[in-house]
Amino acid sequence: MNLRIVFSSGVPIYLQLMEQVKHAVETGALRGGDQLPTIRKVAEELAMNPNTVARAYRELEHEGVVEVRHGSGAYVAEPKATPKAAAIHTTGESLREAIEKGILLGLAEPEIRRAFESELLRLSGRAAAARRDT
Amino acid sequence: MSENLISVDGLSKSYGGKRALTGLDLEVPRGAIYGFLGRNGAGKTTTIKLLLGMLRPDCGRIGLFGRAIDSEHASVEARRRIGFVSEEKELYPFMTVAQSIRFLRPFFPSWRRDLEEKYLHLFQLPLRTSIPKLSRGMRTQLMLLLAMARGADLLVMDEPTSGLDPAMTEEVLQGLADLAAGDGATIFFSSHHLPEVEQICDRVCLIDEGRKVIDGVLDDLKAQYRRILLVFDAEAPDRLAELPGIDHLRRSGRTASLLAHQDVDGVIARARELAPCSVEVRPVTLKELFLDQVRGE
Repeated sequence: MNLRIVFSSGVPIYLQLMEQVKHAVETGALRGGDQLPTIRKVAEELAMNPNTVARAYRELEHEGVVEVRHGSGAYVAEPKATPKAAAIHTTGESLREAIEKGILLGLAEPEIRRAFESELLRLSGRAAAARRDT
Repeated sequence: MSENLISVDGLSKSYGGKRALTGLDLEVPRGAIYGFLGRNGAGKTTTIKLLLGMLRPDCGRIGLFGRAIDSEHASVEARRRIGFVSEEKELYPFMTVAQSIRFLRPFFPSWRRDLEEKYLHLFQLPLRTSIPKLSRGMRTQLMLLLAMARGADLLVMDEPTSGLDPAMTEEVLQGLADLAAGDGATIFFSSHHLPEVEQICDRVCLIDEGRKVIDGVLDDLKAQYRRILLVFDAEAPDRLAELPGIDHLRRSGRTASLLAHQDVDGVIARARELAPCSVEVRPVTLKELFLDQVRGE
């Protein structure tokens, strides 16, 4: 797996790692049953914090993307019937509507992207706060 | 895992009449790589000297390995378990790498030959080269090796990568990642070099003028802090300064930039009441946090 982390970005590093593992699974670079590199290997190779790698793996396990087998490491989980595919499709539809509306109102692509990212950040901040509160 | 190897409570120190440190609290959990940040003269080295017992605090408490440092005996006991890598990289100039290792070994009954060999191999240190002929990076690596091989549970480092080029810095950071991942070391290091702190630390503490301004898990700070950029039709209103929940405000003509980390939604809602024509929310990097918090408006 070809991991690349932008340490100086404002995006939490464990989230960047999670995204890359998920992306590798989505593109088929990683398949069910494949072993992920050990926490130590990732930490050493990228010269990054092992606790942060562990946190990413823990969250991935929590989301059902990987399985952690005690003593032998983390493995990509066998894909289950994905109820997410439908959700992604529906979300895509709604986004298309919003984007079309933006275009009608005369916005250019970078403006729409900024508006989207700004809203996403606002919501993800709220979601993170909700997780902390529970 | 929740055990704190360092816990500092209300630490203050003055030199003559000059305050160097004011009421500092710190908690460094076992297994952390902890970045201690601040400008030059912010109080970093003073804190390290207090931790190592090289200075006495005016007031406040220091706990190491879960025990209060309240006597000379406790101090010596705890500090036996700390490896210190100073900014000056003090080593005997008349010795070679091999001699330095052989010289130090008998002082420490818990010396770990396995770690000595491992880091000699990892850092590829030239055994027969004399200390003055080593590069600065190699000297740092030798200090790390000596600190680890003596069986230290806690490494305290003052500006460990100062004067190193990017390649050497990366090697030192890889060494630190390895120490933490493989050998369970807890690492506390001071720095004003943000990129390396962002890369290797899971926790950071920022001090300025002897006071703590931010501390926490770095990824959590990144998730909490937001920059809110506002554009107004006219001059950005004065009332922005009174908005509750803002950590930092910068105004420039018709634009304003707010920094917030608590109730960001609420801050945005209140900012919207001032009728800006544009509101943008962005993530915040450690560099921005550092500059906003130590520079003021």
